[in-house]
Amino acid sequence: MTVALSAQEVGERLEKDLPGAGASWQMDQLQVRPEAVREVCRWLKVESGLELDYLVAITAVDFVDHFEVVYHLASIGRNHSLVLKTKVFGRETPAVPSVVEVWQGADLQEREVWDLMGVRFEGHPNLKRILTWEEFPGHPLRKDFQGA
Amino acid sequence: MTLRTEPVTVNIGPQHPSTHGVFRLRVTFDGEVIQEVEPVFGYLHRGSEKLAEERTYSQVITLTDRLDYVASMTNNQAYVLALEKLCHVQPAERGLYLRVIAAELQRIASHLVATGFLLQDLGAFGTPLMYCFRERERILDMFEMLCGARITHSYLRIGGVFQDAPEEFWPALRIFLHDMPPYIDEYEQLLAENEILVARTKGVGLLSQEMAIASSTSGPVLRASGVPWDLRKADPYEVYDRFDFDIPVGTAGDSYDRFIVRIQEMRQSLRIVQQAVDQLPGGTSVGKVPVRAKVPFFIRPPVGDAYAHVEAPKGELGFYLVSDGSIAPYRCKIRSPSFINLTPLKEMLIGWKLADLVVILGSIDINMGEVDR
Repeated sequence: MTVALSAQEVGERLEKDLPGAGASWQMDQLQVRPEAVREVCRWLKVESGLELDYLVAITAVDFVDHFEVVYHLASIGRNHSLVLKTKVFGRETPAVPSVVEVWQGADLQEREVWDLMGVRFEGHPNLKRILTWEEFPGHPLRKDFQGA
Repeated sequence: MTLRTEPVTVNIGPQHPSTHGVFRLRVTFDGEVIQEVEPVFGYLHRGSEKLAEERTYSQVITLTDRLDYVASMTNNQAYVLALEKLCHVQPAERGLYLRVIAAELQRIASHLVATGFLLQDLGAFGTPLMYCFRERERILDMFEMLCGARITHSYLRIGGVFQDAPEEFWPALRIFLHDMPPYIDEYEQLLAENEILVARTKGVGLLSQEMAIASSTSGPVLRASGVPWDLRKADPYEVYDRFDFDIPVGTAGDSYDRFIVRIQEMRQSLRIVQQAVDQLPGGTSVGKVPVRAKVPFFIRPPVGDAYAHVEAPKGELGFYLVSDGSIAPYRCKIRSPSFINLTPLKEMLIGWKLADLVVILGSIDINMGEVDR
């Protein structure tokens, strides 16, 4: 059975190692500041006892006043999981750092989030639209998107 | 005098029989050797996630059928599990067993399609595909008995399944379980030791273990690279912890391993179905034991979010549902295995020849309904 890591324990360790990450927690969900996402992810991947080496999914949710980017992480060797969340404010140019250099599996998924939700991933090597075409107006999964 | 060659860029797809749907690849060749690959997605994008936001929770089940349309049962299963997790619903016991039987039959059907079309791509035109479709046809017949549909089932419901299996289902399943093992032996004898197949797939399209994990691949692609990661064992959902089965893994991570892992998985699926039939609460009598827990017609889950995943035939299929307390999901994210399994495509293709491209793509086993959603 995949064990959901206690976000409190992970968060308290994270605060010691990366005090600037602004960690907070709720059940199995860890919240961090968007600027710190890449450092936190790198830490989660290599920190002994965590070793979250498998990026299950990246997604974003539009809560109108902010976007929530959600990372579902797992460790294949240790068989446990963690949910990492970050809140991004602003509808014009919301952005979080890309985690492609931490997990290559983020490549297509970050492109998808950019395409459909309009959250930019800074440092992504090839951040192009993926399911729609480059000239497509707007980002369809946003709540204010007006469909044809 | 030396001959100067120039790289040539060629479009493969979106209308190409070997791309398994409307997938397009822009490939740059140096002679016959692949130098650069750029996959182009989206020709089958229907906005399933957006459509889900405008439907009630139960209506979304019909949308999931149309993701991986050769494995609708497991699509239903992943969505229904996420919904049950969100609403804290305990499904009916008999319903869970019927789900497992349906899901494992679906896995066999999907692997048969994958195997048949891989052989088709290799140039074995018609014969192996027809062999595989002969058995798949019987599975579809059984699905028709269960729910009246052959492809888009919508058989699963929150709290269980749509209806109990009818009387004629059980003899059909018994005969199938009896007939299938020799058929699988037949594929192995006919294909796995076939000299042409071995020459075309052994060592082709290598995916290392580290790369397979780092690029988030799942399912037979991950297991062929030597990682024994199967959600039915790693994170048992429904009643999978009550069955005894093995996880076949490969060693080299080449196209041959991906092919052989699927063949072996079919045997394990048969084992699971047999055990599920033996343990089934209420046995083969129809309508005695409830197959569905009672839930309100309009489901209003509490505010919150839930992620649930299943081991679909192609890998980890997950649904992330966010609820705002209304009758429709606020956000419904689909983590589709076919899409994410294409992440290491470049690493697998570069350096190989044009003829290997279709083999490698066929061995990943993608379904465009699920890639583009």
